[in-house]
Amino acid sequence: MALERRRKKQKQKAEDVVILDHVSKAYSTGAPALDNVSLRVKKGEFVFIVGDSGSGKSTLIKLLLKELNPTSGTIIVNGQDLGRLRRRKIPKFRRGLGIVFQDFRLLKDRNVYENVAFAQRVIQAPIRDMRKAVPAVLSLVGLAGKYKAKPRELSGGEQQRVALARALVNHPSLILADEPTGNLDPKNTKEIMKLLEDINDRGATIIMVTHNREVVNEMKKRVITMKKGVIVSDEKEGEYLDD
Amino acid sequence: MISTLFYTTKQGIVNIFKNKWFSLASVATISACLFLFGVFYTIILNFQNIVKTAEEGVSITVFFDEGTTEERMAEIKELIAKRAEVRQIDFISADEAWESFKDEYLGEYQDGFTENPLADSANFEIYLNDVSMQGALVTYLESVPNIRQVNRSEVTANTLSGFNLLISYISAGIIVILLAVSVFLISNTVTIGISVRKEEIGIMKYIGATDFFVRAPFVIEGMIIGALGAAIPLTAIYILYAKVVEFLGERFSVLTGIMTFLPIEVVFENLLPISIGIGVGIGFFGSFTTVRRHLKV
Ligand SMILES: Nc1ncnc2c1ncn2[C@@H]1O[C@H](COP(=O)(O)OP(=O)(O)OP(=O)(O)O)[C@@H](O)[C@H]1O
Ligand SMILES: [Mg+2]
Repeated sequence: MALERRRKKQKQKAEDVVILDHVSKAYSTGAPALDNVSLRVKKGEFVFIVGDSGSGKSTLIKLLLKELNPTSGTIIVNGQDLGRLRRRKIPKFRRGLGIVFQDFRLLKDRNVYENVAFAQRVIQAPIRDMRKAVPAVLSLVGLAGKYKAKPRELSGGEQQRVALARALVNHPSLILADEPTGNLDPKNTKEIMKLLEDINDRGATIIMVTHNREVVNEMKKRVITMKKGVIVSDEKEGEYLDD
Repeated sequence: MISTLFYTTKQGIVNIFKNKWFSLASVATISACLFLFGVFYTIILNFQNIVKTAEEGVSITVFFDEGTTEERMAEIKELIAKRAEVRQIDFISADEAWESFKDEYLGEYQDGFTENPLADSANFEIYLNDVSMQGALVTYLESVPNIRQVNRSEVTANTLSGFNLLISYISAGIIVILLAVSVFLISNTVTIGISVRKEEIGIMKYIGATDFFVRAPFVIEGMIIGALGAAIPLTAIYILYAKVVEFLGERFSVLTGIMTFLPIEVVFENLLPISIGIGVGIGFFGSFTTVRRHLKV
């Protein structure tokens, strides 16, 4: 009986990529940015996080990649209790994540190839593997022909695709994206969303913060709506809620 | 692992060229400081050598009471030789004293003497380890029975030891000030250079780069800059030294007797490792500590 329960617990642990248990985060100033939030995300899920500006979405993402520590509560990501994760172990933990930001965050003085290759160098991938993996992921995002270009020579959509390629090249099981289409026009937005959907179909878990109503309503995925640091709704095939 | 090392080194070198002006400013700062350091070091070393050569010539002469036996003299010699201040002690017999007196002052008239007029002038010539100890030794010598007279060269000894001390203090002061200034200047330059790359460091950390991986190229860059910053002033000093020594020799030929310059090899024996050590060390710690401030992402 006890054995079975433990096995069940283990299975659950393996299935839940993200667990937030009564998590609060207060910055030194003002009201808490996250207020007693509990949340589970299963392996392979695609989750949108929406809500007003200042409702705590970015704070949530930063907690998940341990850029910030919660004031209280427990966070488990990829089976790792972040409260017990030593500073020295953070790099290794982050290698299991793919992170995409609204502002791309590419290394400005390196070309497309080097920006993507950098993620491989960080994990000390053998050069031979790198020479295969980087072109492969670049052609996946449709940028194989521009591998020599510097970020400033690319459009916003292209830059975001480079960032996405960099996030994907190490095959992370969890992708965290904070408004990845925030700076893109509808056409580029659609292309990025298509890519994310493909990756999700291949088994990656995706948590994406967005303000884009059309994207959310079209995709018919799980939608978590936040307001003033609290989850106000969590729908399986949700829609972008109005106030 | 090897590819990481290779990549890191290459990145460090690439960074130097990418931030041309920053690299140039850093090399110039380190060069200027190490040049001044080298010049002072060279001057001090030569001064100390001159003083030391002069000091080595300083001696105390000890004469004995009339009728002191040779055995007693040997006893006294042993006593004196045991003293810590004493570097060397030479016995000059009465005959030797007379011979050297004759040679020095009488020249061709020396034949008129059949007996040694300096019969009681057997003496010890004592050379010291350190001229500042002369006073203590003289006091001791005067208390030894059978010693009639102690001749010393007080003026020279005091001036020399005072001079030596002064030089040591001044040089220590100048070197400390120079090092402080260069550390300040370099950490400033590095801080400016690195705040430009703060964003880059943040991105690397997001991707999961370890502190080591982020820091290594910066540290290698700093060390190369430091090594260049040492090589330039060393080369300059190497070339200048020969010119200056030659110039002084021609211009102040009177002084050549007193001033003996050390060969450049002797100067570089310590200056080379010290300069390179300081340059590379400053480059290493400068970049190491400044990067650290930006690593907490
Ligand atoms: N570094 C910080 N220091 C202090 N307060 C902060 C900090 N970062 C965020 N906040 C505050 O925390 C709250 C939540 O911010 P957060 O960035 O998570 O909002 P958000 O939902 O991502 O908003 P947006 O949609 O505009 O990006 C806001 O009130 C914000 O002012
Ligand atoms: Mg935000």
